Amino acid sequence: MEWKNTADVVVIGGGILGVSTAYYLAKNGMKNVTLIEKGTICGGSTGRCGAGIRAQWGTEMNCRLGVAALDTFEQLSDELGMDVGLNQGGYLLVAYSDKEMETLGAGMKLQNSLGIQSRNISLAEARQICPGLAADDAVGFFFHARDGHADPFLTTFAYLEKAKTLGVTPYRFTECTGISVKDGTVTGVETNRGHIDAPIVINCAGAYAQDIAKMVGVNIHTWGERHEIMITEPVAPGVCPCMLMSFSGNYYIQQRPHGSIICGMSPEGHPADYQLKDTWQFVEAMSKILVHLLPRTKGIRVVRQWSGLYDMTPDAQPIIGETDIKNFYHSTGYSGHGFMLAPVAGKILAQHIMGKKPDIDFSMLDYRRFDRGEHIRESNVV
Amino acid sequence: MTGTHEQNEPIYVCRCEEITLDEIREWIDRGYDTLDELKRVLRVGMGPCQGRGCQDILLREISKRTGKPIVNVPQSTVRPPVKPVKIGLLAKGGEE
Ligand SMILES: Cc1cc2nc3c(=O)[nH]c(=O)nc-3n(C[C@H](O)[C@H](O)[C@H](O)COP(=O)(O)OP(=O)(O)OC[C@H]3O[C@@H](n4cnc5c(N)ncnc54)[C@H](O)[C@@H]3O)c2cc1C
Ligand code: FES
Repeated sequence: MEWKNTADVVVIGGGILGVSTAYYLAKNGMKNVTLIEKGTICGGSTGRCGAGIRAQWGTEMNCRLGVAALDTFEQLSDELGMDVGLNQGGYLLVAYSDKEMETLGAGMKLQNSLGIQSRNISLAEARQICPGLAADDAVGFFFHARDGHADPFLTTFAYLEKAKTLGVTPYRFTECTGISVKDGTVTGVETNRGHIDAPIVINCAGAYAQDIAKMVGVNIHTWGERHEIMITEPVAPGVCPCMLMSFSGNYYIQQRPHGSIICGMSPEGHPADYQLKDTWQFVEAMSKILVHLLPRTKGIRVVRQWSGLYDMTPDAQPIIGETDIKNFYHSTGYSGHGFMLAPVAGKILAQHIMGKKPDIDFSMLDYRRFDRGEHIRESNVV
Repeated sequence: MTGTHEQNEPIYVCRCEEITLDEIREWIDRGYDTLDELKRVLRVGMGPCQGRGCQDILLREISKRTGKPIVNVPQSTVRPPVKPVKIGLLAKGGEE
């Protein structure tokens, strides 16, 4: 692809956030959007994620973003002209203590007040939704039928293909090595392939976004944390048709349309060493959970395990907006739920940059909230 | 579609995921010219054999269509376990 050394906007990062943001900018009329990715598209966290989508959240902002994400995903294949593999089997949340019932119950009330139809259900109903579920040690269950998952690769590529038709230029194997600033305003980016002049730069570098921000002395308080995940051989459908998830039980498990079961858990010690290691400890711990919760998985074979980075913030809610450097924006810190929020996040940031009123006011997602100590932590995360 | 072979019979390159040569050529031509990206968009190499049956053909096809020597086409990552293992066995720490 021919190298262009000027652009109206440069987006850094070829994950779902960068690609969707580039798409919505072009859709809203921005000309000459260039996207740079140091590796291949979807090679970062996006291509390694569980790709679950839900509106069952514990903070109002996450609920608003979550339900808007569902609305967007439900018409996304049509809008982009390519199937994104959306599957709405619902999320079944499992509570193991009275205290957790209380937290999830409060979350449900908040969700219901925002039009999200999550429900408290019995073990019997949970077993109708997820046949073969043991969970005798659980205290209660919550279910929201519109939740589900999509294919992270197809979603990203669908955005990319559509974005290309709207004039977005993606450059792979192009690493951002510096941000140029003049009089407190961004003027472009340095890359391993040369300079690009641009009056607007957006940092969507995921778990590496803080390194980009640091290039111009901005501290956005994000970091990367390693999470592991594994997938089984395909088996007949019906083993785990919903996303089965527990915050205290520390797991998420879901069967894909092609029959494989994908599952993960939060790692011990929250490793932030940026190594994409695969450990046998994870496979053993995850297998123990599976056998206990869904005994019929015993005979199913694990075919692959891998790891990826969560893009963390101190309150597990994203940071979206401009920095102290004018026209230098970021959209990151999705803390393990950036896949599902990307369609909404891309849209509202693009609307803001184009001078339109964003569908959702995201001013509270300003990264300076951490300096001000104003943040409230999201409870519903694995 | 830019397939060059004349038969109407589809040629399956990845038998596990049932992906044809025509599909692979179509996506290489759209710029998905690394093993990783073809894997992500078409699921080639993600089947039960984990690419043992199709990876070499894919590499050759990418090299042919992009004019890059095979050694310059990036290899894909091998992910454990190398052989599929039953969950019941893994839950016991691998001991029977
Ligand atoms: C195991 C696991 C399970 C998950 N499960 C879910 C889930 O169920 N639901 C959900 O919504 N989310 C989930 N997530 C989180 C989700 O994957 C991320 O929040 C999301 O993918 C973030 O997207 P991104 O585009 O910001 O980051 P990425 O996909 O990581 O993209 C950032 C890109 O920036 C590039 N980059 C970095 N530095 C530079 C540079 N200097 N120059 C150029 N490019 C650069 C990287 O190469 C990368 O491709 C999960 C994550 C993991 C690891
Ligand atoms: S032949 Fe392609 S994965 Fe088995």
